[in-house]
Amino acid sequence: MFARFRHFARTLPQAALLAALPVAAIAAGEVDFVQSVEPAGLDPTVSSPVAAGQVTWQNLFEGLVAIDRDGRIVPQLATDWTISEDRLTYTFNLRPDVTFHNGTPFDSGTAKFSIERIVADDSTNGQKALYTDIAAVEAPDPQTLVLTLSRPSSDLLYWLGFPAAVMVEEGSADTNGTDPVGTGPFKLDEWRKGDRVIMSAWDGYWGDPAPLDTITARFIADPQAQAAALQSGQVDIASELGAPELFAQFAEDPKFATNVGTGEMEVVAGMNNARAPFDNVRVRRALMMAIDRDALIQAVKSGYGTPIGSHFSPASPYYTDLTGEYPYDPEAARALLAEAGYPNGFEFTFKVPNRTYAQRSAEILQAFFQQIGVTANIVSSDFPAAWIQEVFTDTDYDMTIIGHAEPLDIGIYARDPYYFNYDSDAFDAAMQDVATATDEAARKAAYIRAQEILADDLPALFLYSDPKLGVWDAGLEGVWPDGPVPANDMTEVRWSE
Amino acid sequence: MRRVPATLWIGAALSLLFVGAALLSRVWTPADPTGMNIAARLKGPGEAGLLGADQIGRDVLSIVMAGAWTSLGIALTATAIGGAVGTATGMAAAAGRGGFERAVMAANGVLFAFPPILSAILLGALLGPGAGTAILAIGLFMVPVFARIARGAALQVWSRDFIKAARMAGKGPVRISIEHVLPNISAQIIVQFAIQTGLAILAEAGLSFLGMGVAPPNPSWGRMLSEAQTYLSSAPHLVLAPGLAIAGAVLGLNLLGDGLRDLTDPRRGQAA
Amino acid sequence: MRKLRYLGRRLAGLLGILGIASLAIFLLIEAAPGDPAQIMLGTGAQPDTVAALRAELGLDRPLPLRYLAWLGGVFTGDLGMSYTYGTPVAELIGQRLVVTLPLTAMATLLAVAVALPLGVMAAQNPNRIVDSLATAFSQIGIAVPNFWIGLLLILGVSLGLGWFPTGGFPGWRAGALPALSALVLPAIALAIPQAAVLTRVTRAAVIEVSNEDFIRTARAKGLSRRRALWRHTVPNALLPVVTMLGLQIPFLISGAVLVENVFTLPGIGTLAYQALSQRDLIVVQNVVLFFAVIVLGVNLLVDALYILLDPRLRGSG
Repeated sequence: MFARFRHFARTLPQAALLAALPVAAIAAGEVDFVQSVEPAGLDPTVSSPVAAGQVTWQNLFEGLVAIDRDGRIVPQLATDWTISEDRLTYTFNLRPDVTFHNGTPFDSGTAKFSIERIVADDSTNGQKALYTDIAAVEAPDPQTLVLTLSRPSSDLLYWLGFPAAVMVEEGSADTNGTDPVGTGPFKLDEWRKGDRVIMSAWDGYWGDPAPLDTITARFIADPQAQAAALQSGQVDIASELGAPELFAQFAEDPKFATNVGTGEMEVVAGMNNARAPFDNVRVRRALMMAIDRDALIQAVKSGYGTPIGSHFSPASPYYTDLTGEYPYDPEAARALLAEAGYPNGFEFTFKVPNRTYAQRSAEILQAFFQQIGVTANIVSSDFPAAWIQEVFTDTDYDMTIIGHAEPLDIGIYARDPYYFNYDSDAFDAAMQDVATATDEAARKAAYIRAQEILADDLPALFLYSDPKLGVWDAGLEGVWPDGPVPANDMTEVRWSE
Repeated sequence: MRRVPATLWIGAALSLLFVGAALLSRVWTPADPTGMNIAARLKGPGEAGLLGADQIGRDVLSIVMAGAWTSLGIALTATAIGGAVGTATGMAAAAGRGGFERAVMAANGVLFAFPPILSAILLGALLGPGAGTAILAIGLFMVPVFARIARGAALQVWSRDFIKAARMAGKGPVRISIEHVLPNISAQIIVQFAIQTGLAILAEAGLSFLGMGVAPPNPSWGRMLSEAQTYLSSAPHLVLAPGLAIAGAVLGLNLLGDGLRDLTDPRRGQAA
Repeated sequence: MRKLRYLGRRLAGLLGILGIASLAIFLLIEAAPGDPAQIMLGTGAQPDTVAALRAELGLDRPLPLRYLAWLGGVFTGDLGMSYTYGTPVAELIGQRLVVTLPLTAMATLLAVAVALPLGVMAAQNPNRIVDSLATAFSQIGIAVPNFWIGLLLILGVSLGLGWFPTGGFPGWRAGALPALSALVLPAIALAIPQAAVLTRVTRAAVIEVSNEDFIRTARAKGLSRRRALWRHTVPNALLPVVTMLGLQIPFLISGAVLVENVFTLPGIGTLAYQALSQRDLIVVQNVVLFFAVIVLGVNLLVDALYILLDPRLRGSG
């Protein structure tokens, strides 16, 4: 509270300058939001896809289009666009009068540069795979951008609204990691590594100025410390509180507003489908039936979580509930295991990242597997370094457990190579249908078919979808309740007093 | 017969308590230390078991008992390995002198340059977290400690008259080390063993606290503390039990070591 | 002269040890599984993207070349660029030192401030209550893990009484008071085991020096007990105490890694831990080497001090 007033006083001269503008445009107040992971660099088009976006997306960087708080595609630096009949040519009309924080104007040249940088051979964009259908980029005039695709891609526009496809300009592209230059309503003030990123309102913004004049991203990994920081007023917003067991105390506290939002993270126990006995679909089904997902969610997430039967977020309009496919039934699981040739069960190594949620979930799964005679030997794996190497790159594992945070990422099961070593022509065909779907209904049908194939094949044990447990100061308005994009969009947040 | 110091009694009793709990946990605990019970989660002492239940409803007393096995097992193994290697190199340095001694001391210097937790984290990165890594990392840190003590004590023994006699009798340095030096420095080594085992328990707890210890469901005091951190305000009993266990075990071993030293070293006994 | 020659030899030995240590650090970290480029890009990245980033970071250069480049850089004061942060490593270490240095300094001062009077009083009153208390304090203080003390302090002082923050660091620019108050509890957690060790050493040293001939002579010459204590006994007893301070440095650093973790302080311990889990190899190498320099350097200093100050060695130099 005190900090807010002090800051207001500091910015009074600036406020006076802005007095000629409409009242709503006067910037006031500051907000600190907390996130668990500090990004490696602040450029979401280069590394650490999720964490960098959580700090900078919409605040510092903007895209041709954006995803709004309801998960819809909305215009941003492109005012509108047309898609050709064969759905291979996208023509964007770009917004005039947009400049970057360093004064460079934004036009089709910069947009062309940004897109080509993503798909270039030496691109270091971690999400490059989502954009590789773009075959050519042209800039016929400064306000027009034309993308030519090698094949129809119904998700492309959606991905263009993501942090990995924000617009950057050539002069600052290489240094965006430490000194980000975007077109957003905030610009970088300071990055105190290991601690916080401070951003302040930028007076050259093309759109309506953000209500706040300073926003600070705080990096606190420990959930208890996050909660303590909220309690003591050191931070104002935790859009994803790390500790579900601490959530109830905030829900009861009138000083805070809370929201159990839907997130995009699916926690799954991936299996090496190329390795016996996990190459046997009956074994995988038996293991799935050994698990009481509700009890798991109760123990690991204090009940905050949605059981899933396939790799899809319940938040998505394409979601279908498939938890009934292989429900908790230890008797049936044992019978199926015997049928598969393992009447006395078997033993395997469970490679678990040394992260709390994963370790806790693994311990409980271990107990469930024991009930059907299957012994899981837990081996901790140093996350991320060793885990990525051993499980992801070398696929040297039997079973693992991890949360997949990227939205709409069911396509990973069609990737080759991918750590599940799962190969299904039917699934690949379903994903192909998603990409080439010409209308919304066809797209939805294809997505549902893909989910059904996974729910039946079970390349991974589908456990739960993580809720987005938001806690913020009750005096704040405009915080995103759900998380269609992992982000902390502060552009519409304001203090209500 | 000298009077047995009180510290020795207390130390021995505490150490026995923990060793006893560790051994007992192999055959009996009040409840299954790995058995979850969602209904009992975060219940306080008395409401569920003597020391309450943890975040997935396991009986805290049972995990603390089973944790004693993990903790003492790793600490004793690590200290035994570090003690054996360190004592041997220290004795060899004292017997060999010259270039070999300098090489041993230089190697010790290199090991000493790495703060213990840091070298353990480094090894954890290389080998992956687990009991083996913890034993190796802690044992490695113990080597220079024992080597320094063994060398110092052995050098004193080497200057004594009966060694000269043994030499003249034609005994080689290896034989002299084993037959004459070792028995004369063993008291100091045993004292150090008790104290270093206590330090090893602290180190193991620290490693587990950072997620570099044994894998679940093997109970570990350090990991219990790291998990309890999340429930600090809602279930403080989870923080108390494992911390008291660590402190109690280390205190017991330290007192045991001090008591033994007082018993075997009359000069120190007087000073105390 | 002999002293100087000895110190020179020690310094040369130290450099040799650091050389070996640097190679050990480098090889250990290189051998650890995990690819910094893959970690930075996340699991969504394609192999060609990872390869491109590896090339950009210079990770595709041969191993010996990278080792020599690092070592050469260290000697010229260029510690390289952090893979993950993209900023100079020296700057990163500097930013973290302004947290860790005051923290460890506060802890050490606190430990000395408690241990010296307590140890001296205990030695002066053997087998009295103050002695028993000092002994009990040192035994228990050595046995409790500092990160547990930290948790108890958060529980009792921060959450219970509402004094001092539960963690985090506001930065020095927020003012000295908020910054210092964020360090108070971590410093106490770090100081207690140190104070316990030092109390014990102080007590033993004061008893030992009191029994030395020159103290007895001084007392026989009519020097008051109090004067003998502060003029002769304590200054001479300080030597082992200072030595112990030096020997405790590795434990102080280890403790800082844990305590910074408990209090989520952006210190150098957290940096080492984070950088390792991100496989920010160049940062890990430099931080570990930095610690090694501190440990060995402090020990050399203590040795030098010992040689310069020890009255028994003073005559023979």
